[in-house]
This record gives sequence, structure tokens and C-alpha cells, in this order.
Amino acid sequence: MGTFIIDVNGTSRSVDVDGDTPLLWVLRDNLGLTGTKFGCGIALCGACTVFVDGRPLRACSLPISALGSGKVTTIEGVSGTEAVAVQDAWVARDVPQCGYCQSGQIMSAVALLKEIRKPTDRDIDLALNGNLCRCATYVRIRAAIHDAARALED
Amino acid sequence: MTRRRILGVIGFAVVLLAAGVVGQRMLRQTQISDETKARSIALFREAGKVLQNPRCLNCHPVGDRPTQTDRMVPHQPWVVRGVDGHGAPGLHCDTCHHAANFDAAGVPGNPGWRLAPAAMGWQGRSLGAICVQIKDPARNGGKDMAALLDHVSKDSLVGWAWSPGGKRPPAPGTQAAFGALMRAWADTGAHCPPAENQ
Repeated sequence: MGTFIIDVNGTSRSVDVDGDTPLLWVLRDNLGLTGTKFGCGIALCGACTVFVDGRPLRACSLPISALGSGKVTTIEGVSGTEAVAVQDAWVARDVPQCGYCQSGQIMSAVALLKEIRKPTDRDIDLALNGNLCRCATYVRIRAAIHDAARALED
Repeated sequence: MTRRRILGVIGFAVVLLAAGVVGQRMLRQTQISDETKARSIALFREAGKVLQNPRCLNCHPVGDRPTQTDRMVPHQPWVVRGVDGHGAPGLHCDTCHHAANFDAAGVPGNPGWRLAPAAMGWQGRSLGAICVQIKDPARNGGKDMAALLDHVSKDSLVGWAWSPGGKRPPAPGTQAAFGALMRAWADTGAHCPPAENQ
């Protein structure tokens, strides 16, 4: 066990965990931030996507000991114009079905829009290939990202 | 026999003898050259056991998509090279691959995790073709032989092949042995196997 001081959603938090505990479980079990989901645990499904220093990262594949001074942003704390545009588009399109994967989908969508303001279908497919949706809401996800990109133009 | 004829015969013999010595020397040099070339190629074939190992080939695809596992199946999830070998916007390699292997998640890692440049695509190519490719500065990132040897001997991402984590079998030997093989190959002329040979 060790004590780790980590910055999550702009707040400094202290956790006592083994160093090889995945960031995902620190967020969910130690900090109660359950918006970030466990899907596969092997970085294949994208349900656990968070930001570290503004870049998307699968929280299941990073041990807490490797986080260092990285600033974590979860679905509970994501903000900014891209996040607002994505949230609005998600609501307007009623994107989620069961919703389990959606926090990861939204984090990846925000990350994409931060890099490419007006993504093509291919850009969206390549960025979100790693986010699986068992309800197959992919068509609505893609449409909502286009909506969000249009909103960001305004 | 006249004196002139005797001198002629002696002169002819000397010429013959000299030609024989020179010929022998040339033959010997040719033999040495052939032996050195064969040794150089043999050294590269040995190094090829690393170059064509899945730990290396998986991230040296000819196309835009890396492979994974010893069976070299297409990478899951579907990821692509991107403009700089670090993946597509929104899904860069470091989204999943971090600074070190993380066996609990089965995800390999290294600070420099990325695809080799497209010009260094090796998958499906013969060892001879890889050999020509690897020493061509136009296709190896502008490296001369010294830089190439330094790269294969010291580069951390190359070295990952011997510390791949999880259940992945490492590349054969060690990075130091691989570097020594490549140096010996260079010292013997950096000859390449025929391109059609695997």
C-alpha cells in the first residue's frame, strides 16, 4: 500500500492503494466517481476513458503509480466548449440506449473535437474505434458529433 | 641456342611466374571477398531472427494498421498510423499504451510507443528486401550506418522487444547481442541476402 496524492477534476485527493491499482478502480472505488465505467479491463472497449492532462486515456491500463503529476478529468468534471457542445448534441439526439459506454464515448468525442474542429465520418470512426457500444448507437454517436462540430462553428 | 633465345625463354618464364603469383593473389583476394560477403550475409540472417520476430514486425506494418500477438493478427481496436506514427486524432497510441508494460491489463508500454514510419514497413517482405531497406537512408529515417547501429543497440523502443511483459515471448537473444551482430554485419561490408530469399 502507498499514499498517492492525485489531482482529479481540479481537486487534490489522497488515496491509500497498492501502486499497481489501475486508475479506474481508484476513481470508482476510492473516490466514488462511478461515471467512468469498467468494461473489459484490457483497454479494448473504451468505457473507462478519462483525460490525463487533457489527453484521452484508458483508466484501466494505467497503474496509479504511473500517474505522477498528471491531472485527471473524468466524465463528472469534463468541461469547456467542446464538452458543452457534445453534451447538448447527445441530449438532442437522445444518443444513449443502455448508456453504459456513453461516458467513454463522450470523452472520446470531446477529445476528437479538441483536435479536429470539423471531423469527417472517417475522423470520427478512427477516433472512436476504441469505444464499443453493445447497443450499436454508433450512427447516433456519429451524427451527434457532427452536430456538436456545427455548434462549435457558431 | 643463342644467347638471345636463352634470355627470351628466361624472360618468358619470369613473366609466367609473375602472372601466376598475381593471379594467385587475386584468386585469394576473391576468395576472401567471397568469404567475407558470405559471413556478412550469415550475420544478417542471424540478426533477421530479431528483425522478423513478431515483437518487431507487429509495429513495422507495410500498411497503416499494426498487428499484435505472435500470430500477428490485426490490432484491436482498429488503430491507424496517423500522420506521425502515433495514431489518429482522438485515439493516439498513448491512449492505451503508457510508459511501461502494465500486465494487469495486458497492455504493453514504452515512452516512445508508436508505429515505425511507413518507409520502414517490413511485414511480408523478404529478409533481403528488409536488409536493403534498413541501410537505405531514404527509408530508414536518414540514418547512416553509425546512426543505424546506434539505434538498434540503444533505442529504448527497440529494446522493448526483449522486455515485452506479460506472456509475450521476447525477441531472441539480447539487445546487446543484436547490436553486436549488426555491427559485425556492418564491419563485413553490410552485404544483403538475395531479396527473394526469406
